[in-house]
Amino acid sequence: MAFDIGLALLVLGVGAWTVAARDTFAAVVGFVAYGLLLALVWVRLAAPDVALTEAALGSGLTGGLLVSASTRLRRAETRAVDERQPASLRLAAAVLCTLVSAGVAAIVLLLPEPAPTLAPQAMVNMAATGLGNPVTAVLMAYRAIDTLLETVVLLLALVGIWSLAPDRVWGGVPGPRHQAEPDGLLTFIAQLLVPVGILVGIHIFWVGSVAPGGEFQGATILAAMWILAMMAGLVDAPAVSRRWLRLMLVTGPAVFLTIGLTGFAVAGSFLAYPEPHAKLLILMIEIPVTLSIAATLALLVAGPPERAPGR
Amino acid sequence: MLGSSLKHPAMADFLFAAAGLVLAMVAAGLARILWGPGDADRIMAAQLLGTGGIAALLLLGEATNVPAALDVALTLVLLAAFISVAFVKGATRSEADGA
Amino acid sequence: MSAALNGLTILAVCAGAFFFLAGTVGLLRFPDTLSRLHALTKADNLGLGLVVLGLLFQAEGLLAALKLISVWLLALLAGATVTQLIAHTARPSGPQA
Repeated sequence: MAFDIGLALLVLGVGAWTVAARDTFAAVVGFVAYGLLLALVWVRLAAPDVALTEAALGSGLTGGLLVSASTRLRRAETRAVDERQPASLRLAAAVLCTLVSAGVAAIVLLLPEPAPTLAPQAMVNMAATGLGNPVTAVLMAYRAIDTLLETVVLLLALVGIWSLAPDRVWGGVPGPRHQAEPDGLLTFIAQLLVPVGILVGIHIFWVGSVAPGGEFQGATILAAMWILAMMAGLVDAPAVSRRWLRLMLVTGPAVFLTIGLTGFAVAGSFLAYPEPHAKLLILMIEIPVTLSIAATLALLVAGPPERAPGR
Repeated sequence: MLGSSLKHPAMADFLFAAAGLVLAMVAAGLARILWGPGDADRIMAAQLLGTGGIAALLLLGEATNVPAALDVALTLVLLAAFISVAFVKGATRSEADGA
Repeated sequence: MSAALNGLTILAVCAGAFFFLAGTVGLLRFPDTLSRLHALTKADNLGLGLVVLGLLFQAEGLLAALKLISVWLLALLAGATVTQLIAHTARPSGPQA
């Protein structure tokens, strides 16, 4: 009990500090710390799948995005640091946040005992999907359409980021050129870490059918390893106009959509799987989706093109 | 193999307490994020939080019998490495830009 | 047998917690960035290592044990390299007076 209170206070404290931090970079550090603590909270609540997603996506990858954003903003920030929002605006924001928090807390505390839940039905029907992890069953079978839409949304976000490129480097290479020092520290860490990370990412993806894990978490680890290799200068970012890259990005959602549409013919509705082949179909979707998501996430962090293609 | 599924309840309590202790110490170290007179100190406090958090996570997973906590810890350590490099690159890049 | 294993776990975890304490105290009290970095690496390596060692005695199966050791090795690798990078940031031109 004391542990839970302590953890909750710590989460609130780090969250409050992140909001109050003056410097964007410091706030990003606080944000990543906050995400780590949230992952702990999820494990405490016996929700390891959510903890995995929080640790990988919510904290790690989003942190990477925010760091590159804060780096770009730093030049503009030194001029903007004296701007402060009017007090009335900040008060309104504080009141709104408090109301939302109070509302959510009220809903959670006023739930009837036992709280209504679909978990038993999810478990009972899992056998039909051939999966052993109910969370994956929800993501890839019961609510597969949400997952499909998520993959498309990520792709759209990437298109949005690419559209920020200035005309002269349109379709070019994202990010600055990172110098690889042949005997350097960064090269050393990348050469050791990246292969291990790829193995772990594949493991987390693969184990998702029977234990906490799955394609989004595995893909995030793969993406982080690719970005690490780019930052160490081991590989250069590909030009965004490269056909193989675009094919890789699109294949996942395309396969997902195709299998969904064939569901009309084979099993009666969109994204319905015929029962004996359910697991195979889910696997056929998951593998390309994992690769596509990994590429999408990595390119999201790499940012808009900054160098002309073919250099 | 080693250990058994029947955990002595006192063992679980001890591991729980240990997780709390590690977390408390890491929380104290976060003060360095508050004061730390430079980005380097802040990154260090975040690094301590990362390592301590992973230790607390492992202890917590063992205490509450959530075996997947181990996978979460693996994921965290990889992402922590990635994020640390991103932080250092971000800090050095903005310095080089003269911000 | 399991009592002995439990005893070892308690010992190792307590030692690990002690090193985390030492690392935190160092981070808060040492006068400058580089000495704080020194304290940090001790907490990283020994604190986490001893905690992992303690949990190894409780591990169920070879895969779990391997994962535990991997977590420690990866944390060591990432920590050692990042602290060097941080030190380079704090003092890029190498050791001076």
